[in-house]
Amino acid sequence: MNCRSEVLEVTVEARQVEEAMLALLHTILLHRSTGKFHYKKEGTYSIGTVGTQDIDCDFIDFTFVRVSSEELDRMIRKAVSEFKDALSNSGSDGMGQISLEFYQKKKSRWPFSDECIPWEVWSIKVNVVNLANEQERQICREKVGEKLGEKVINVVEVINRHEYLPKMPTQSEVDNVFDTTLKDVQPYLYKITYQITDSLGTSVSTTMRRD
Amino acid sequence: MESDLKPQDQKDLDKFIKFFALKTVQVIVQARLGEKICTRSSSSPTGSDWFNLAIKDIPEVTHEAKKALAGQLPGIGRSMCVEISLKTSEGDSMELETWCLEMNEKCDKEIKVSYAVYNRLSVLLKSLLAITRVTPAYKLSRKQGHDYVILYRIYFGEVQLSGLGEGFQTVRVGVVGTPIGTITLSCAYRTNLAFMSNRQFERSAPIMGIIVDHFVDPPCSSQRPANMGHPCNYRAPDEEDGGQFAGVQDSQEVCATSFSTSPPSQVSVRSLLYASRLSYQPTALTGAAEFCHPASNPNQVITPFTPSAVNYVLCPDGDDDGLSQSGERRKEEGRRSVSPSDPVESLNAFTRKVGAFVNKPSTQITAASLDLPFAAFAPRGLDSEENDPMVHPPDSPPCPSPLQGSLHSQGSEGSGQQDDFVMVDFRPAFSKDDLLPMDLGTFYREFQNPPQLASLSLHISSQSMADDLDSLPEKLRVYEKNIDEFDAFVDMLQ
Repeated sequence: MNCRSEVLEVTVEARQVEEAMLALLHTILLHRSTGKFHYKKEGTYSIGTVGTQDIDCDFIDFTFVRVSSEELDRMIRKAVSEFKDALSNSGSDGMGQISLEFYQKKKSRWPFSDECIPWEVWSIKVNVVNLANEQERQICREKVGEKLGEKVINVVEVINRHEYLPKMPTQSEVDNVFDTTLKDVQPYLYKITYQITDSLGTSVSTTMRRD
Repeated sequence: MESDLKPQDQKDLDKFIKFFALKTVQVIVQARLGEKICTRSSSSPTGSDWFNLAIKDIPEVTHEAKKALAGQLPGIGRSMCVEISLKTSEGDSMELETWCLEMNEKCDKEIKVSYAVYNRLSVLLKSLLAITRVTPAYKLSRKQGHDYVILYRIYFGEVQLSGLGEGFQTVRVGVVGTPIGTITLSCAYRTNLAFMSNRQFERSAPIMGIIVDHFVDPPCSSQRPANMGHPCNYRAPDEEDGGQFAGVQDSQEVCATSFSTSPPSQVSVRSLLYASRLSYQPTALTGAAEFCHPASNPNQVITPFTPSAVNYVLCPDGDDDGLSQSGERRKEEGRRSVSPSDPVESLNAFTRKVGAFVNKPSTQITAASLDLPFAAFAPRGLDSEENDPMVHPPDSPPCPSPLQGSLHSQGSEGSGQQDDFVMVDFRPAFSKDDLLPMDLGTFYREFQNPPQLASLSLHISSQSMADDLDSLPEKLRVYEKNIDEFDAFVDMLQ
């Protein structure tokens, strides 16, 4: 099985990095989360309900929809915050990339550890710019909002191709496909990683953020 | 085509398409109400949330959708459309976008109806939630209120896009293949927002609508009135709205779907179907005041509606202060503050003076028309660098002396150019306007154009200069007469 890979690129001001990343990551996770599975006898299961929430950005003229789950939001915010800090502390030209990878676990026999097989990777490349005055910032607010809208349309277009998705698992296999640790929703197993690129184009740090 | 399907699959598919169409309409209309939507996740299946998504049902919208469908289903050649338009307080209107739920002939015979189709429809609804926040009409709908409102119209049949003007864009939300055809969901939206004034609204009788005010307080907020009920249990049999909508009854099927995990190639579905009565009064003409809980929101304005009116007003109450919590309100105000490309500005003609920090098209403002010091350096559209005074400074400084400055402003006093401008209310962020009679925005506007100092007016300046010139010969005579005294004074100083 080939891993599907999609790349999105955005150019933002430093203070917009966090919201832009949250908007795109939450948009993807909205489509890649289901309600909690409740397995019953006879091999059937029912699915809980996913609520949604509109989030207005403070620094971008944009509103995005995310899953109503404080736990999930906390985890994504933490990862994005680490990325943002790394970006601002690196002293680079302000280029970095954050990746959201969906994977399946494949059990291996002892002494080998379980294998993580990615089936979809979303990479968001970020270019950070510095603006000189408030007027440019105001224009940037709107332009970045429009660009994020285009990226949301790109995300939706990819997702609605209905390409490979892991098969719905049995009760014993559900933890190999979904993250069942959240109490209200159930996203596919995912991990978030990021890279900061210095001015020479090489990556200076890579951090694994496991969910 | 349809005969290849098992009867149960056919029945399920028809039900899925029907409720998908109803939920599509709800998502679109709710996204144009002008407020943020919030629904709760529930780990336990409630049995009443179609496609495992918490999407509230506004009864009036469901009623209109069912009326438009008239018992049919979207199919090949039969599209369901939701048209969103804008109507100003002067009565002019303009179509903004049309959402189309269509079906084409491309079939996917292999797909499992009650598993894959259902899940893909769920994903498509999520995509619709995301895309409805991205099209231009969303921002307009968030700013609706005093100056304009957003309307919706549902129709069934052939798609009509002519009202969107030239150059409209289309965005495809997604497709889902089924054994009887491929469902496609798309949106065509207007890009040319130049307002056509005095346009006859052709389709219907005078618009009379109810102002839907279901989301005064976000459902997730703890401040919601207790009598509004739980946001996700709106279809629970025990909490029906029967008290309000006694009369014609409508049955609504609720689906709690369970899936089988045993062997994936033989997925079977057991659907639990039960009817809950949803009573509704479609022609509550005289009883319209009871339609939407007036006691729960004193700010709500209700107008009677006629069943024949095909447009319904979507607008939270006109009093902005009652809408949302103050933190969100400030954010909205910050967002609503000046937008250089705000299409709403072209809809109204407010006569206000232009301040230095209002962005306007550069063609409407010239340096000489602004009665401000250093007017040439006032912000303009930055798109054209050749007009940017910071890049190409003007040849003569606009105000090197008070006299010249007053000469400039003399020419612009009472200028009629400013009358053509349209200004959106300037609401500065972080300012409270509920305590002081004059808020920061008002202060800012007033002091953008202070009255001219009397001593700087041309009339007085020229008069004093004329006096000076007249008295000069006399002064020279006196000085010449006393020249010895002046010389002695100078010697004393040395």
